[in-house]
Amino acid sequence: MEWEVVIGLEIHVQLSTTTKIFSGASTAFGAEPNTQACAVDLALPGTLPVFNENALRMAVMFGLAVNAEIGKRSVFERKNYFYPDLPKGYQTTQLAEPIVGPGFVDIETEEGVQRRVRLHHAHLEEDAGKSLHEDFHGMSGIDLNRAGTPLVEIVSEPDMRSSKEAAAYARKIHAIVTTLGICDGNMAEGSMRCDCNVSVRPKGQEEYGTRTELKNINSFRFIERAIDTEVARQIDLIEDGGTVLQETRLYDPDKNQTRSMRSKEDANDYRYFPCPDLLPVVIDDSYIEAIRETLPELPDARRERFISEYKLSDYDAGVLSGYSAQADYYEAVVKACGDTKLAANWVMGELAKYLNQNDIDIKQSPVSADQLGGLLERIKDDTISGNIAKKVFETMWTDGGSADEIIEAKGLKQVTDTGAIEKIVDDVIANADKQVEQYKAAEPEKRGKMLGFFMGQVMKATGGKANPGAVTGILKKKLDALCD
Amino acid sequence: MFDKTLAELAAGLRNGDFTSTELTTAWLERIKAEDSKYNSYITVTEEEALAQAKAADEAIAAGTAGPFTGLPIAHKDLFCTQGVRTSCASKMLDNFISPYDGTMVAKFKQAGAVMLGKTNMDEFAMGGSNESSYYGPARNPWDTDRVPGGSSGGSGAAVAARLAPAATGSDTGGSIRQPAALCGITGLKPTYGRVSRYGMVAFASSLDQIGPMAHTAEDCAMMLNVMAGFDPMDSTSVDREVPDYTATLNEPLAGLKIGLPAEYFTDTLDAKVAEQVRNAVAEFEKMGATVKEVSLPRTELSIPAYYIIAPAEASSNLSRFDGVRYGYRCEDPKDLEDMYKRSRGEGFGEEVKRRIMVGTYALCAGYYDAYYNKAQQIRRLIQQDFAKVLEEVDVIMAPTTPHPAFKIGEKSNDPVSMYMEDIYTLSLNLAGLPGMSVPCGQVDGLPVGLQIIGNHFAEAKLLNVAHQYQQATDWHKQAPAGI
Repeated sequence: MEWEVVIGLEIHVQLSTTTKIFSGASTAFGAEPNTQACAVDLALPGTLPVFNENALRMAVMFGLAVNAEIGKRSVFERKNYFYPDLPKGYQTTQLAEPIVGPGFVDIETEEGVQRRVRLHHAHLEEDAGKSLHEDFHGMSGIDLNRAGTPLVEIVSEPDMRSSKEAAAYARKIHAIVTTLGICDGNMAEGSMRCDCNVSVRPKGQEEYGTRTELKNINSFRFIERAIDTEVARQIDLIEDGGTVLQETRLYDPDKNQTRSMRSKEDANDYRYFPCPDLLPVVIDDSYIEAIRETLPELPDARRERFISEYKLSDYDAGVLSGYSAQADYYEAVVKACGDTKLAANWVMGELAKYLNQNDIDIKQSPVSADQLGGLLERIKDDTISGNIAKKVFETMWTDGGSADEIIEAKGLKQVTDTGAIEKIVDDVIANADKQVEQYKAAEPEKRGKMLGFFMGQVMKATGGKANPGAVTGILKKKLDALCD
Repeated sequence: MFDKTLAELAAGLRNGDFTSTELTTAWLERIKAEDSKYNSYITVTEEEALAQAKAADEAIAAGTAGPFTGLPIAHKDLFCTQGVRTSCASKMLDNFISPYDGTMVAKFKQAGAVMLGKTNMDEFAMGGSNESSYYGPARNPWDTDRVPGGSSGGSGAAVAARLAPAATGSDTGGSIRQPAALCGITGLKPTYGRVSRYGMVAFASSLDQIGPMAHTAEDCAMMLNVMAGFDPMDSTSVDREVPDYTATLNEPLAGLKIGLPAEYFTDTLDAKVAEQVRNAVAEFEKMGATVKEVSLPRTELSIPAYYIIAPAEASSNLSRFDGVRYGYRCEDPKDLEDMYKRSRGEGFGEEVKRRIMVGTYALCAGYYDAYYNKAQQIRRLIQQDFAKVLEEVDVIMAPTTPHPAFKIGEKSNDPVSMYMEDIYTLSLNLAGLPGMSVPCGQVDGLPVGLQIIGNHFAEAKLLNVAHQYQQATDWHKQAPAGI
């Protein structure tokens, strides 16, 4: 039977406010446990929440960026359940009246599949703390530094039909929130976490299959792999005559499998009710319009601009605009070197390779956009060849320095003096009788390809510094003269 | 000295008749000598009190004193006080030393007040008799076999027994007004949002309000001057100017329009209590007020609505007492679930557990509409009823309680009959309105309270009305036998 996959995502995005959603404690990541938890975060008796307006502003920015209706009145509710890292015994969240109503984003997979994914809504809520299960001799430790960090939970409709679409959607949300500057986008630190609702149904069937929820996936690659694994499990199960249970499952990336966490029967009754300590949040059109004025260029618009202004291919424009820090970096390189295509090749090629190998975000790149731009300028003006430039880049990456300094210090400047090149070419030809004979014997139209050998010899003799264009011209002239 | 009002004590301090240290020492000694009869304090803070008194005397000598400098008061033990146990009369918080002062407590500190100690109460403010306290019931100074009312029963008893010149209380369904009535003192529940709740251990957040308990309306006005005002730490506090509540106490009452709600004067009301209340109303007529009957038709529904909303909020508010971060944790928990179950099972008393269960039930997915939503609808109707009546009259007058103080143990096995005692007070909390209880007579030697209800933020008017009554009568000056 042919199966169709149905996927909906719930993405938690940590907002990059400096203080928590309902208290004045810092939200910085990585502090000593419980040093960033104040009386409110600890849920001491008598403490009360005060809503951080920055979180509201950021949620509205998000809503505007995904073409959504903004809730003029939104209401915080309490979601009641017991867990040691949930200090109040309830999470303050939104349910019936969220800040962001229905919206949509358009996605495109690497294979070029385009789709519009509708958002059901997005709401504001507070993050919980963390339970630490190591090092406590049979007990668990609680770190409440993260408790109260503002989150926007973005709930999609079940509009995605493959794991690749799900990953593309998650990437799009990532691009939007990082472009807006409302999230640092650091998935390894949990700044963006994804729950995937996955079901399968026979192709053509209207009704949805029973879904499972894969919890807390924190990389785009794992989204794809977790969904593929879960889809295979569900199909195997059904084809073997079984039924899928509605349950929450955990994806284990090491074993590449999902396992059951809890079933629907175990689900809590969260006893939601409006939080009496917080007033409904009421905003008007002028508030919303003032925020709209501050919105930066969004990924879709930037992509279009990269195509029209920089003449990039659809693919290059899509990749470069997909992550705002990368797009910013790229534009800075363009500004420095003035060559849009060369800049694109280097940002997506050599730079991306080094960043990936060293697992470094482009924001922390040891080679700045100005440095890279300076390097590309030297390629453009024929000071160095592309190959030499890669060596310069490597030095830049490890030791720093500008392109000019490195070229100067290492003596990598290209030889463009034709007299000097002619002399080397003469030497090469004089020492390659066999290859010269082959060249002469070849059909004239095939001779071009045979230049490679001579080229290599010249480069070897010059340490790669000879200008390739000049060498080619001189070689051709001299060899062809021998053929006459 | 022990019969003086706050206003009189303040004048004595200003005139140099005595120092705050002398005053404080005298009250502390009286508490030591007498409180075993009333159990009105959970914690007496002698050291802090004497240090505050010393600082107050220095301020008075330096000429930097304010109207409240050096005056001793007691705080109900659900207000967080830095470095001092804040128990809520519960085993759960028996070991809890608050690391911070709540806003109201901090305001009194800033004003130079002296804290004598923390008063007894119903556990987590749940009750109308002070019998649910982990530290044993407080006793009514008018008859120590009887309850002082609750939940602010310790504050009521302490003021009536002259163990504090005044005290703070909190009122979620009558917890200031009812003990004030049963103990023969004056109490004010302000408008919801008038006094910051930050640092008050929450019972039912949408109903809780802090207020003063003292001998006179004038003293309540002095205290409200300190307590009232917007607090950025409490999102439900209201940003609205605070008048000087003592400035309008002497406004004449001629032309005052008083409404008597027919639904408050029914068979539920003890006939002798009714008579005292009517006598009080007649006193206002002598001052030129006019009286008319009004209707608050949803009064009876206030009890079921209240006993859904308050427990629902409480069930959530009390979830933080889980044995994880502070408070009581059971011995040797087997696992997490065992720790939760036994810490909460052993740490909370019967009435608290009853309300947590009722509230949890009412919020369950299948019952939410039938209970919680319905109760909220009733709440809105009750608000509308009051709004309509308060367009026609300036104040509503009514009994505070249907009966005078009952015997300890009399109703403790019958929660519903206990809840019925709140029938005249609950609806104000549902409507967010201010209300006072003023001593207005006695029945069989036990005090009776007149309740005065006004519009939102009409505290100055209520205090004015009560003060004028207290100029004409002396019920507020009566002391229990032997005091």
